[in-house]
Amino acid sequence: MSVSVRIPTILRTYTGGEANVDVEPGEATLGGVIDTLEASYPGIKQRLVSDTGEMRRFINFYINDDDVRFLEGLATPTPDGAQISIVPAVAGG
Amino acid sequence: MSETPAASFGAATHLVCRACGAHATLGADYSCWECFGPLEVAYEFGTVTREQIQAGPLSLWRYAPLLPVPANVAETRTLSPGMTRLQPADNLAKALGITGKLWVKDDSGNPTHSFKDRVVAVAQTAGIQLGFKTLACASTGNLAQAVAAAAARAGQRSVVLVPSNLESHKIQATAAYNGFVIGIDGNYDDVNRLCSELIGEEVSADWGFVNVNLRPYYAEGSKTVGYEIAEQLGWRLPDQVVIPVASGSLLTKIDRGWREFLALGLVEEHNYRVFGAQATGCNPVSTAFADGQDVIRPVKPNTIAKSLAIGNPADGPYALDAVRRTNGAIGDVTDAEVIEGIRLLAETEGIFAETAGGVTVAVTRKLLAQGLLDPTAETVIVNTGEGLKTLDAVSTGDGFTATIAPSVDSVSLVIASGK
Repeated sequence: MSVSVRIPTILRTYTGGEANVDVEPGEATLGGVIDTLEASYPGIKQRLVSDTGEMRRFINFYINDDDVRFLEGLATPTPDGAQISIVPAVAGG
Repeated sequence: MSETPAASFGAATHLVCRACGAHATLGADYSCWECFGPLEVAYEFGTVTREQIQAGPLSLWRYAPLLPVPANVAETRTLSPGMTRLQPADNLAKALGITGKLWVKDDSGNPTHSFKDRVVAVAQTAGIQLGFKTLACASTGNLAQAVAAAAARAGQRSVVLVPSNLESHKIQATAAYNGFVIGIDGNYDDVNRLCSELIGEEVSADWGFVNVNLRPYYAEGSKTVGYEIAEQLGWRLPDQVVIPVASGSLLTKIDRGWREFLALGLVEEHNYRVFGAQATGCNPVSTAFADGQDVIRPVKPNTIAKSLAIGNPADGPYALDAVRRTNGAIGDVTDAEVIEGIRLLAETEGIFAETAGGVTVAVTRKLLAQGLLDPTAETVIVNTGEGLKTLDAVSTGDGFTATIAPSVDSVSLVIASGK
């Protein structure tokens, strides 16, 4: 089982400049994907998840174009082949 | 992008994260390297006097010493927006039961007919300082026009990305300036996300997205709405202000502008109250206010007030802070009430507002009915754009009162029949 994760510019220092990385998560949820990312790219998890284990306020996660805040947050399932995007929040206007 | 050797941001000194306080240098960064929080421009203002401002041009550039722009900005090729009218609104006050004074800050008078010309002028100037060749944005329509027009005037390329289902006349009004107008299959939040993902890509390497990588500068342009209200009132602050809320940036920055004026001694201390206005079909900030929450829960927008239809407003928490700190409130109104608000403003004051202006008028009425706005206090409401931009929202039938033969009798009959 594998998912693809799109890394924003601001976090590519952790991935050696890679914009897209493939991950085989231990647990098929967003939280599982982040744990697996952390194993390959140490330090990246604390940029995404707070010390209390919640998604950071100014970061958005999308699984196949759906904002996980409308789904189950970090517990949202990540089906095989899913495209996951990590996008810093922008206010728009 | 690397800075040009002569890059100048006036009195601005650095960027600071509003969430964690981390500092960054003045550049094309919009997201804190520590926590992804939004970055804001910080300054070291010297002395700024009323006389100095009054001697400046009749545009927002009179406030150049308070913006992240070079001192000679007024001589550069921008649209020079701002200094829109602050219109006394006695008829509207009467209709709303306001016995204190009421004014409409009417930003439909800007070059492309919305307040977006202000934020674009500042972002464009910063973008040029940072070496960007192309002016770009994600937009629900107003910003697209402002960017395309500003780029045309400066001789820059423009690339605007909009939801493909945007009203046809907004697309045409943007296309008139002959930049790239790219329709995206998705809603505004999808377009916004795409623009975030374009940052750092090869295709967009020289693009300054006014509301993404130039956002700290862009947002500062909104302060000038607050500056102008204070100056036009005779260098003082009103008791109450009602401001439409999309991203929450305009409200946040009007408040910031007034706090700067207070700190600089340009106005006397005054306990003003800040109120926000949303449409019920996109009311994440109003909902958080009502629920006593600090965190905004995103919504999927469904309202005719498309220029306010941001379901995931990142400045929402700061708008909540400003409203709570000043003992204000945030309300929301249905689309039917929005249309009533547009009509009321047009009928009483001769100001035809876009849907966002209708939201502001209707929320003002609602907050008065709820006893949250004080009818005896001095109140300013902000109209952010021109009614022709959202004509579809208020169109009824063919618009004629009657269609008749060219005769005096026929005219007499129509008038006698009344409205």
